Amino acid sequence: MKNCYINGIGNVSIQSVDFDLFESEITEIQILNKAQQPSYKDLIAPAMSRRMAKGVKMGIYAANKALFNAKMVDPQAIIVGTGLGCIEDSEKFLDAIIENDEQFLTPTAFIQSTHNTVAAQIALHLHCKAYNFTYVNGANSFESALFDAFMQLKHFNKENILIGGVDEIAPYTFSMYEMIGKVKQSGEEVNFKNPQTKGIALAEGATFFALSNNKTNNSYAEVLDVMLFNAFKDDEATEINNFLAKNNLSVADLDVVFFGVNADAHQQEFYNRMNVVLNEIPQGYYQHISGSYDTASAFGLKVAAEIIQKQELPKAVQYNNIEPNKIEKVLMINQFNNTDFSFVLLSKC
Amino acid sequence: MQKKVAITGMGIISSIGLSVEENFQSLISKKSGISNLENIQTRHASEIKVGEIKITNQELQQLLNLHEENTFTRTGLLGAYAAKKAVESAGIDDINEVRTGLISSTSVAGMDFTEKHYKKYEEHPEYQKYIQSHDAGDSSNKIANYLDLKGFVTTISTACSSAANAIMLGASMIENGYLDRVIVGGTDALSKFTINGFKTLMILSDTYNTPFDNDRKGLNLGEAAAYLVLESNEVIKKSNKKVLAYVAGYGNANDAFHQTASSENGEGAYLAMKQAFEKASILPDQIDYINVHGTATPNNDLSEGRAMSRIFNKVPKFSSTKAFTGHTLAAAAAIEAVYSVLALQNNTIFPNLNFKTPMEELNIVPETEVVQTEINHVLSNSFGFGGNCSTLIFSKS
Repeated sequence: MKNCYINGIGNVSIQSVDFDLFESEITEIQILNKAQQPSYKDLIAPAMSRRMAKGVKMGIYAANKALFNAKMVDPQAIIVGTGLGCIEDSEKFLDAIIENDEQFLTPTAFIQSTHNTVAAQIALHLHCKAYNFTYVNGANSFESALFDAFMQLKHFNKENILIGGVDEIAPYTFSMYEMIGKVKQSGEEVNFKNPQTKGIALAEGATFFALSNNKTNNSYAEVLDVMLFNAFKDDEATEINNFLAKNNLSVADLDVVFFGVNADAHQQEFYNRMNVVLNEIPQGYYQHISGSYDTASAFGLKVAAEIIQKQELPKAVQYNNIEPNKIEKVLMINQFNNTDFSFVLLSKC
Repeated sequence: MQKKVAITGMGIISSIGLSVEENFQSLISKKSGISNLENIQTRHASEIKVGEIKITNQELQQLLNLHEENTFTRTGLLGAYAAKKAVESAGIDDINEVRTGLISSTSVAGMDFTEKHYKKYEEHPEYQKYIQSHDAGDSSNKIANYLDLKGFVTTISTACSSAANAIMLGASMIENGYLDRVIVGGTDALSKFTINGFKTLMILSDTYNTPFDNDRKGLNLGEAAAYLVLESNEVIKKSNKKVLAYVAGYGNANDAFHQTASSENGEGAYLAMKQAFEKASILPDQIDYINVHGTATPNNDLSEGRAMSRIFNKVPKFSSTKAFTGHTLAAAAAIEAVYSVLALQNNTIFPNLNFKTPMEELNIVPETEVVQTEINHVLSNSFGFGGNCSTLIFSKS
């Protein structure tokens, strides 16, 4: 059976444009965190860029970086995960409907509000007529895209696939989240290791990957398995053990486990239960770097792939105090509000 | 790897019926579901026709026996209704007995509620419980919970081709052993947002839509939900279950031409159909009926017609059922999958209503009457904004 390697990564995040996990200072997380926008002028004509949604621009940029990084020119699929798509344009179009009582509307915001705009614009940009999918399933939107790519590489006649996760912040959506306590209230502390308040620290970004069944000198890691589900059928320990056993592994074989902890005291309870199962394994986290959004776990995959390639778990991403002595098998665990669960299993290659 | 995937259950709710049987009866008696808009307040109500389901959200909640405190939006309500019917029709008692998944699709998601309460949430805390219902994934999670399903759940949104891709993903997962059973389909409610959106694109007809007619004026929006139950050969062997039809082939390509318009020669559509034939290992001339995308917009029907003329030596009998249902966006490919299976089961081609004049540019004419003929393979096309083109091939059991 063919394998699934991560050969290239591209990203736009709330950190500096040239952020390096092993070298750079981490910008401290706030309650609302906007992505640092790179210069798009080499990729996108300025006239187009002005009209383009932020999510589309971040997506095209990250996709191009991932392909360039992998020296990949001919993806046979473009698969994108996004929680809300270009939500800023959804808001713009709704605002216009209300303010102008459904009159004098223009189509641009409506067109861009369609969830699949990022994947479509990347296809247009690359003139790529291949398989094109968009997944919109909350916190495992990105893992849905990853799973599809994994299956396509293993079982279908595809060699190279571009995938990514992208989400953007929009102003009224943020204020709605404030009303229901989905984000932290102004002034509350953002604490990932010992959260005391509910709510997340909202952010945005795009992270893309060039996946291939060919291993190259640039391969970061191999994706061994991906599983996503809405609810646990069994208790957490049993489900994790079953997932690992399917891959001929057990908990003791794991070198690092990454938690999608998001500084929300309510959601921490899930990770506390995970910690019971995985308390002897070196643990990592990443949303203190990326902030939290539906597809933040794509940033998590970037972090995991980079630490596998470099064989180093930087202090800044260590969640417990256990140091790994090697980094060969890595498990990523994510969820949001006790649903949209995912397990992603990676290996050194 | 198994080659084709069995369909063992179907559920549907559309403007032409609340069950598979009602939809079938409407199709063979040429009873269209296109009407004047009643349930949504919009200043465009008198300028458009819609495929509206004449059941209120309260009635749907009662039909589903939902608790008063529920936060289902109309998209979720329609979806839960159709998915439940599909599961019942497949004779499933214990949904988690085998590895079961749900792959749903939507483009409107919770927008029908968001647009009602937008900017009023602050003064009306009682609406705030719907804020989280806006997300597309929320409707799928609600449907899964309503079915007590615990397992693989995801949502696809590729505009008007969404449900075709849900069926395609589900079939791929069964073929390759990732699931034993999967409920696949889509749901979309009518909304002010989409009515205004399509209006700005100037592709809404002010009267009954006329697919593949030379004088077509655009589409009618509709609302619907439909789901199929797909099961592995192993599960079917064990349960001795009746197979309704098979998903035999599928193809997905991107037109990569324009964000909202299809290319002149229908390249994406051509590629999707070509892949579907390869996957199904059948030749184009084995297709007995095409349920076309046929939205009745000038651009779609010409582009799709050209793609069909390119891939078929002789274009088979075809019709668009959108003159019955309107264009139900992310649900369209799911309701048309149900119609494709009905065509196979009943050896019946459904009429393309409202057709008068053949298109100047093409030499093809849709079927305008109910036709009884031997049908072994049906091809169904679905295309969406963003160049998303998908083709499914269904075959007789």
